[in-house]
Amino acid sequence: MNNILLKTQDINKEFSSVPVLKNINIEIIRGEVLGIIGENGAGKSVLMKILSGIYTATSGRVIFEEKPVIIKDPLNAKHLGISLIPQEFNLIKELTVYDNIFLGSEIRKKNGFLNKKLMMTHTNELLRELGVEINPDEQIENLSTAQKQMVEICKAISVDAKLLIMDEPTTVLTQYEIKILFKLMQRLKKQGTTIIYISHKLKEVKAICDRVIVLRDGELICSEMIENISVLKMAQRMVGRELSQVFPKKQQPEDEVVFEAKGLTVPGVIENISFQIRKGEILGLAGLVGSGRSEVAETILGIRKHSVGKLYMHGKEITIKTPKDAVRNGISYLSEDRQGCGILTNFTVIQNTTLVSLDAYCNYFFGYVNKKKEEESTLKYKERFDIKTENLDTRLEYLSGGNQQKVSLAKSIDPGPIVLIADEPTRGVDVSAKQEIYSLINSLAKKGLSCIFISSEQEEIIGMCHRVIVMKDGKIMNTLADEKIKEEEIMFLATGVREGAKEV
Amino acid sequence: MIKAVIARVKKFQYEKYAVFIALAVLFIISALLSPYFTRIQNLLNILRQVSYVGIIALGMTFVITSGGIDLSVGSLMAFIGAVGILTLNYLMGVFNNEYLAISGAILAALIMGILSGALNGFLITRGRIAPFIVTLGSMAIFRSLSLYMASAGEIRSVSGHYGEFGMNSIWFLPVPVLVMLIIAAILNTILNSTRYGRHLCAVGSNPLVALFSAINVNRIKFLSYVLCGFTVSVSAVLLTSRFNAVSTSNTGMGFELDAITAVIIGGTPFTGGRGAIWGTIVGVIILGIINNMLNMLGISPYLQGTVKGLVIIGAVYLQRQKS
Repeated sequence: MNNILLKTQDINKEFSSVPVLKNINIEIIRGEVLGIIGENGAGKSVLMKILSGIYTATSGRVIFEEKPVIIKDPLNAKHLGISLIPQEFNLIKELTVYDNIFLGSEIRKKNGFLNKKLMMTHTNELLRELGVEINPDEQIENLSTAQKQMVEICKAISVDAKLLIMDEPTTVLTQYEIKILFKLMQRLKKQGTTIIYISHKLKEVKAICDRVIVLRDGELICSEMIENISVLKMAQRMVGRELSQVFPKKQQPEDEVVFEAKGLTVPGVIENISFQIRKGEILGLAGLVGSGRSEVAETILGIRKHSVGKLYMHGKEITIKTPKDAVRNGISYLSEDRQGCGILTNFTVIQNTTLVSLDAYCNYFFGYVNKKKEEESTLKYKERFDIKTENLDTRLEYLSGGNQQKVSLAKSIDPGPIVLIADEPTRGVDVSAKQEIYSLINSLAKKGLSCIFISSEQEEIIGMCHRVIVMKDGKIMNTLADEKIKEEEIMFLATGVREGAKEV
Repeated sequence: MIKAVIARVKKFQYEKYAVFIALAVLFIISALLSPYFTRIQNLLNILRQVSYVGIIALGMTFVITSGGIDLSVGSLMAFIGAVGILTLNYLMGVFNNEYLAISGAILAALIMGILSGALNGFLITRGRIAPFIVTLGSMAIFRSLSLYMASAGEIRSVSGHYGEFGMNSIWFLPVPVLVMLIIAAILNTILNSTRYGRHLCAVGSNPLVALFSAINVNRIKFLSYVLCGFTVSVSAVLLTSRFNAVSTSNTGMGFELDAITAVIIGGTPFTGGRGAIWGTIVGVIILGIINNMLNMLGISPYLQGTVKGLVIIGAVYLQRQKS
């Protein structure tokens, strides 16, 4: 048997005559973990969607197990043994775990009814094999993000996948959960599954992959064994230029306290959250997914009603019942869920940028919008944030993730907030956009903006923040400052477990 | 490269003006099929006929842009018509001045429209019930109340002058057509150039984004239903004036479907987020021309529903192809 599982020959893909993949030739070796990296829009996801039957290539061939195949649709791919775990979860939240795992390949009794018992047993076996504890009868909506991820993996391997494609599996996971995922991947690899691992996080690629392929602008740049390429080299290959220091230099914040939360409590969600933030300070909020970080943000914004607790701006108490009140009091929010809560994909760059601050562009009587003023102001952001867009009237759906995020940031900044709550500000954006967002936030802080910086990426937290609040189970465990901000310490506080002390 | 650009421009233009092109094509076909069609009198008649649904469809455009739907407009039309004429007949006995009575009745009708729309909006936003359900319920309620007021019969006005303004033309345009065009112009400006219009699209596009963007989502939605109720009352006043009466069982029957159809044909996506006021006007005119032609060609009126059904499904199908 040949040790090449899958081979592509001159794969090309065009979207309305714009090429997104150009003559891609890759070989995937049986039993390897192959990392595929590239910036947003490099064509990683498109290539994977071709392999899993969601798109068809404009030209080129796919050879699977030495036979040329045409992968028409995902069902076809599934029959071949190719499973894709998409970036966005594909689970039906109203259904149970086992329903989802067997969706489309339900086991039926002879009389045609569903054999629920058997499906549940199988699910249990699969879950045990993966070493995760989830009740197969639980509804998806009651699971944490990490658990959903596990269910996705379970679903993917339930069909005896020979090739498992993971598209950015760790974006929504915390460090701790990523470790579980990696153990799982190693176990799958031992069982003979070949894995394609797509990620922006180069350190993870370095840690888990055997080989790495770099794509840039739809072209294959290089293929290297992992031991022959450093993280920095990977980044340079991706971006196509030398990268300077990723994080900008921290500026010393001023002494003046601008915002304070005292004893915020939402029963069952967060408990007794108190903190202060100074002018120009970047205050990190770390913790595992589900530890209550985003919930703190939502409570400050008035999305969640706190039963106890007070908020102060410049020492004066403020009441916030809706996000509108928050904006009025100088608090802006950059959402972690860009498409779900952040931007409107069918609005133009201008319309998105001025959405929160529209009052400033309207006359008092009719609310008649001064479009010229809008345009001028948006143009400033375009230049300052280096937003790459054809023109300002382009709808946001045509922008790449990184540029969408910059628009989202512009939208949060335009009302001129005193405090910015940035929730996972670099989620799903590529290395160079990340770097730009860091320096933007840093320069805003330099000008006196205070920022509450929520992130699952330790590196970011460590590289950006003056102080870090670590949360666990809706409570503040401790606040770390300056040199005390260390990965090990954050993990200890977030999980309650010292590194290496407990086997997962 | 240049070819690709040209192709793109062409495609873009087609999308934006698809409904206008459809109207032109339909117009030419109709003109070829029947020489009578292009007579000014016939065209004005079509415009007058569609203006009543057209005015409602304008309010409906706002509701659909916000991501909602209002099924109650047809029943509400009968209800407001009945309230208006009953008020008129009552006021005729109170005031000596007939025009005062007419003004009072119109005012009552308009207020009733606003209140009814507010009721729908209140239940949808505060009550958090799906718009389809709320307006399905209120559709039944308004129809039943109006039937009750006249035991399913007709209510005639006792005023000799109430029927005048609805029949009149100003210059050459029938009054209801003029009203429709004026409302369209105002709403078009609101939708495209004011804060409310922007917020309306935002709410329809993604209510969660709107909420996080410091927009009072409930207020925006609520106002769209109030506006829709108002347009229904304007239309009801004009229609009852034309007949100087209201039929509680027939008036407004099926108007909700026609209005929704016109909005969708006009290019407003059913899922909201974007609205096309002039598209809606073209939409009702297309429906009117289809009716007119079917009549002139002697096709059974019972088949008109089939044609309308095909038109709406076809229009949405084409929109799907576009996106």
